[in-house]
Amino acid sequence: MLIKKSSPWEIPYSEITPQSVYLSRRRFLTRTVAAGAALAAGRAVLPGWLSPTGAQAGTKLTGVTKSSYGTDEKITPYEHVTNYNNFYEFGTDKEQPAKLAKDFKTSPWTVAVEGEVAKPAVYDLDTILKLAPLEERIYRHRCVEAWSIVVPWIGFPLHALVKMVEPTAKAKFVAFQTLFDPKQMPVARHAGIPFPYVEGLRMDEAMHPLAILCVGMYGETLPNQNGAPFRLVVPWKYGFKSIKSIVKIRFQEKQPPATWNLATPNEYGFYSNVNPDVDHPRWSQKSERRLGEFLKRKTLPFNGYASQVSQLYAGMDLRKNY
Amino acid sequence: MSSILSSKWTKVLVFFLCLGPLGYLGWRAYHGRLTANPIEYITHYTGDYILIFLVLTLSITPARKLLGLPQLIRFRRMLGLFAFFYACLHFLTYIVLDQFFDFAAMVDDVAKRKYITVGFTGFVLLIPLAVTSSAGWIRRLGGRRWQQLHRLVYITAAAGVIHFYWLVKSDITRPVRYGAVVAFLLIFRLAVWLANRQARPQTLRSPVKLTPTAGS
Repeated sequence: MLIKKSSPWEIPYSEITPQSVYLSRRRFLTRTVAAGAALAAGRAVLPGWLSPTGAQAGTKLTGVTKSSYGTDEKITPYEHVTNYNNFYEFGTDKEQPAKLAKDFKTSPWTVAVEGEVAKPAVYDLDTILKLAPLEERIYRHRCVEAWSIVVPWIGFPLHALVKMVEPTAKAKFVAFQTLFDPKQMPVARHAGIPFPYVEGLRMDEAMHPLAILCVGMYGETLPNQNGAPFRLVVPWKYGFKSIKSIVKIRFQEKQPPATWNLATPNEYGFYSNVNPDVDHPRWSQKSERRLGEFLKRKTLPFNGYASQVSQLYAGMDLRKNY
Repeated sequence: MSSILSSKWTKVLVFFLCLGPLGYLGWRAYHGRLTANPIEYITHYTGDYILIFLVLTLSITPARKLLGLPQLIRFRRMLGLFAFFYACLHFLTYIVLDQFFDFAAMVDDVAKRKYITVGFTGFVLLIPLAVTSSAGWIRRLGGRRWQQLHRLVYITAAAGVIHFYWLVKSDITRPVRYGAVVAFLLIFRLAVWLANRQARPQTLRSPVKLTPTAGS
């Protein structure tokens, strides 16, 4: 049972985020450039923020409550989190997804929930947004490439959806799948990993209150490059487990495949819990660089969430089950 | 064309062109355009220019032969030294910015991570080449021995490509592109060497009749 209480780390949102500053500055710049271009061209140019495709991302989310599952660490600037992304369907360079996912169509969007459940369903996005009350969760997010960020995600516990569809006794795992549309993702063929991107969780991991289905961040709906319209966030695992732009959720008896494990099994396992004691073959996992910081900081077991999640793996050899 | 290539001003111009990438990096840094992870950006940026300058250096010999422009030799040492210059920047970025003098972690990296082992090897092999790049050293070593020593650059170029190939997670497009160029440049040399070896027995050996069957 989660008891909501006011704690010192629950700083008012307005105080901790510099995002509005970034946004207004960016909008000002966009408008200035657009106006300049219109003048220079001597004809009417429809500015970006008025065009129909530009309207989707960055819609304010209202009625969001703050969750006590969070960290008091300094939030990473919005600009970093939205311009430094791994979303291989939109390019393998960190700055590519922000550019190449700009026109990614996230509406209409449906998610099929199927497999070992009593109530399979196809949800549209509006239904998903109303499945459970939206909470803000400020989580550490640790990439397997040894960098990390702190993000104010907005979403609801994954278990809310799981309970709704009533898994059968056979449901031991949950499999997730990202949309794959080669027409919208032409650069995906260079990525060197198989698509559609798939990931999975064990049932008890999926039921853990820290695992969330995420629809927004920094007070707004998710930008395309961050996994719009909705994604998974599992803060104690490496970032690639937090699958983006989900179109299918399947409950099953067998352990589902996971893309990076399929691509390079000796480098990426199924569990992928953040673990400073198990190095990736090509880089140490002992430390990480928080974006915006100079010195590296020590990486914590389960990304600092050990007290909440380590019992899920009691008795397991985490060196073997990496 | 050949008079332009022989002009000392061309050499000055090429020198400043070679500094261009560093200037551009400085410009990006000044304008805060080194991405959300500047250290990684600088590391990758300088790494890229090592490979570019190694490729340029290795292109001089084939270009002289294929384009009939022997004067190009005037630029080879400078290009090679710029490859070393960007390699030093790359290495310093790793030591100072990335690891911040954490020598234990660096020793661990060189020993355990094969992409770093091979990259480090490539860098170490460049040092004697940079040291012996002067005319004095060519004289001291003698042209033939100097040339043999400087063939180490072939290993550095290959090591650089392998370093890049082992570093990327899955998208091998760019390391493969560099690999193809380096492979072409090395195969060109191999072909020239084989052609010379085939030609040699007739010109050198047959007049003295040491090996009657030579050349057959």
